[in-house]
This record gives sequence, C-alpha cells and structure tokens, in this order.
Amino acid sequence: MTTHFFDDTTALTGRSLRHITRSLDTIITTAVTPIAMMLLFVYVFGGAINSGSDSYVNYLLPGILIITIASGISYTAFRLFLDMKSGIFERFQSMPIARSSVLWAHVLTSLVANLVSLVVVVLVAVLMGFRSPAGVLTWLAVAGILILFTLALTWMAVIPGLTAKTADGAGAFSYPLIFLPFISSAFVPTDTMSGPVRAFAENQPVTSIVNALRNLFTQQPVGTDIWIALAWCVGILIVAYTFAMVTYRRLTS
Amino acid sequence: MVMDVDKGPAIQVQGMEKSYKELQALRGVDFDVGPGSIFALLGSNGAGKTTIVKILSTLLRADAGTASVNGFDVATQAGDVRESISLTGQFAAVDEILSGRENLVLVARLRHLEDPGTIADDLLGRFVLTDAGARRVATYSGGMRRRLDIAMSLIGNPQVIFLDEPTTGLDPQGRIEVWQAVKELAGHGTTVLLTTQYLDEAEQLADRIAILHEGRIIVNGTLTELKQLLPPAKVEYVEKQPTLEDVFLAIVGDNGKDSDAGNDRSVGMDE
Repeated sequence: MTTHFFDDTTALTGRSLRHITRSLDTIITTAVTPIAMMLLFVYVFGGAINSGSDSYVNYLLPGILIITIASGISYTAFRLFLDMKSGIFERFQSMPIARSSVLWAHVLTSLVANLVSLVVVVLVAVLMGFRSPAGVLTWLAVAGILILFTLALTWMAVIPGLTAKTADGAGAFSYPLIFLPFISSAFVPTDTMSGPVRAFAENQPVTSIVNALRNLFTQQPVGTDIWIALAWCVGILIVAYTFAMVTYRRLTS
Repeated sequence: MVMDVDKGPAIQVQGMEKSYKELQALRGVDFDVGPGSIFALLGSNGAGKTTIVKILSTLLRADAGTASVNGFDVATQAGDVRESISLTGQFAAVDEILSGRENLVLVARLRHLEDPGTIADDLLGRFVLTDAGARRVATYSGGMRRRLDIAMSLIGNPQVIFLDEPTTGLDPQGRIEVWQAVKELAGHGTTVLLTTQYLDEAEQLADRIAILHEGRIIVNGTLTELKQLLPPAKVEYVEKQPTLEDVFLAIVGDNGKDSDAGNDRSVGMDE
C-alpha cells in the first residue's frame, strides 16, 4: 500500500497546487489581513506604543508572520471540507492509492501557499522599513521555525476540515488562533500587561515563538526561547497529527 | 479482455446488515451479480441503496454479513477490492477547478498507469468531450460532468463499476447520454451495479433488477420475471399521446451531443 505513497502524494499535491494557482485570491486574502494590521499598527498605533525597540515594524513583524500563518491555514480546512462535500474524497478513498496521501497533499499545499504569503508579507515589511542584519543561516533558522509552526497548525486545520458540517465551521477555528498573538509579546511587551493576562501571555506558545524570531532577526542571543518555541511547535504538531489521523481513520474505515 | 466464465459471481452479498445509531439501514441483504451484467438496485430515497454501494466500495464497514467483489472480501481484502472497482458516487465526483483532461490524467496517475495523457485523450474522444477537454469542469453541463465522471471511473479498466444514482438531477438529454455510456460499458464486459429510483432507468439498462425496500431486497429477477409477478397483461385500447419528454426531445432534436445551434420554433398561430 505504501509503495505508491510518494507518487500518489505528488499527483494529489499537484492537483491542489493548481487549485491555488487558479484562485490566487486565496493567497492574496491570506496576506492582505496581516499586511493591513501591520500598516495599522505601525502607522496608527505604533507612535503611541513603547516597544523598547527603535523601529516598531522590526518589533512587530514576527507576530504578523504568526497571524499570516493562522489565517492561511483556514483555507486548508476549507479546501479539505470542499473535497469531503464534493464526493471527490470518496472517489480517492475507493481507489487503490496510499490512503494518507490525500491528507499529505493538502498539508504540503498548505505549506507552499503559506510560504508564498509569508514572503509577500516580509517584502511589504521591507518596504515599510523593516531591516535585519541577519545572515543566510539565521534566515534559514527563521524559515525552519515558521515551517514547523505552519505544519503544526495545518495538521490542526485538518481536523475541522474533515469533521465540519458547514464551510463557515471549517474556517471558524482559526479566529482564536489569529487573536492569540494579541495576548502575547507580538504587539507590546508582556511586562506592561496586568497580572493574570501577563501570566497567560508569557506562557503561551506565540510569545516564545515571537521572541525567538525577534531575537533571530535582531541577531540577539536566542536564549531558552528558541527551545521553548521548538518544543511548542513539535508538541502541537504531534498532538494535532495524531488527532487528525485518528479522525481520518474513523471516517474512512 | 478475457471473459472470466468460471470465476463465479462478480459481486456476492450475504446477510449484509448496517445500522446508523438507531436507524437500521440494511436488515439482511442478499444478492449476486454475474460477471459482465448490469444489475440495478431499485428503491426510493432512504431504502439503503447508497449504503450497499459504500460497503461494496470499501468506504463503510458492514455490521454483519459477508460481501465479496471480484472474489475479494470487502472487509479483509479491501486493497484488492479497490484494485478491481471503480465508484461513481451520487454527485459527480469531479474536480471543478481542473479541466476535464486534467481530471482524467489525475486519475490515470493515481491508478499508476503508463502514459496518462494518451489515456485521457482516448476517453475524451469516447465520451464526446474532446472539444471541452481543455475547459474547466466548472463550465460543463450536468450531462457532460456525469460523462466525465463515468469516464474517470473507466480508467484502468476496473472489472466492476458502481454507479450510485447516475442520472439523478440530469435533464432528459443528460440521462440518455449516461444510459448510452452505461450500455457501452457492459458491452465491453464490465460488471455494472447501478442504483436508481427511476423505474424506466432500471427497465432500460438492467439485466437483473432487485427492489430494495426498508433495508431488505423484496424482489430480485429479470424484467420479464418481475412482470410475471403481476396478473397477465390485458389488452386495452389507449390513445397514445406523446409524453412531454417525447415532445421535448423531438423539438430539441438531440440524442447526446451538446449542440449550440438553437432551432427556434414556436407553436401556435402563424400569420
């Protein structure tokens, strides 16, 4: 059964990538919201926010990247939901193909689409004055963390994609994820927040990921943040993957 | 293609039961389908037709009973069953964003066949879709979609094809197009199990007809056998009026192809 896993995954990934190249609006929509937020925070609120950094766009970008991924993966859930509803999913399931290829194709497509959106957002940030002394290796580290985070959230998105009853339901789970960065160090330093909120902000995954990315961008020592960030990403990835696979098996056995 | 004469039935179902929570969808279904024949499962909505098709195509597990397709057990040899079958579900399972040709190439690749492009082009020709092949499926009519759907099912020459309500929601022309495609299939030696709620469809296509009612098969036989269940025919004089369908098809003057040439006719007073 697994002998064709790579062929089947390649064929199916090619299919869903075509969906993206033929409706570029999904990539644009994914990038527009974070870009609008970035403009709003840098040019409207930014002047009043004391981030302790000389350039607010430099401070803000890591959080904006997290928001980009969180809104991007809702399309993965949506596309999977459409496959489930249209009957093409059943067609694939009744064919002699490697069964998990159907999910992997959506996950890989999500990764490609999100990377394109992230590049667009970074380019806009550069136009707005974002600068980093980081070299190639540091950028690779940044890319690695973002890819890991995208994979973790994408596997999470697979679950509502498989189980949702309506298209709105399939995408709705991403709203809390989009707002998670607001209660983190993404927009303002956590030490200005009040007691319980601060405790939450300092111990949720977005803060450690944002801090790790920010330290990489500014060439500061990454400290323990990067390990906490990686632990969160891998942990979410494993839990989400397991639940997604259990859900998938239950649906297809 | 080699005719397998001694291999026994292409589909064999014995004592199949399936419940969804409280609802008992199938209450012990038995039937056999001979190789190369067209078998129609006739029943109203909710009779359990789709459940049977889903179990036979390995998408669902039965609660009880045994079923085999092409000699393979659907529960324990699901992989072999999937190699032998093709499913055309209740709603045309085609990719709307891809073109017709891309849909066919995708399925050929997923069946691990050599030269998917040639296979796709052959099928486009066979199903009168060559001109539309490069267009996105979203622009296709219902009949064209169904034809593409069935064409996708033929890739890799599966021995057994399941067609779940292949003409539901189609206009009369689309229906005739699909019927022609199904007849052609059986002509090539493929075993076809089709479900339908239209009596004339079963009458037109099937070698054997089973009537499924409330999760049980209550009658199973050829059309002639089924007709003998009723009292012998009486001869009555009935004026044969054309049905609206006859009128429609005569005016549209079509038997399968999508013609764009409109012949405007108006019925009524000529000046």
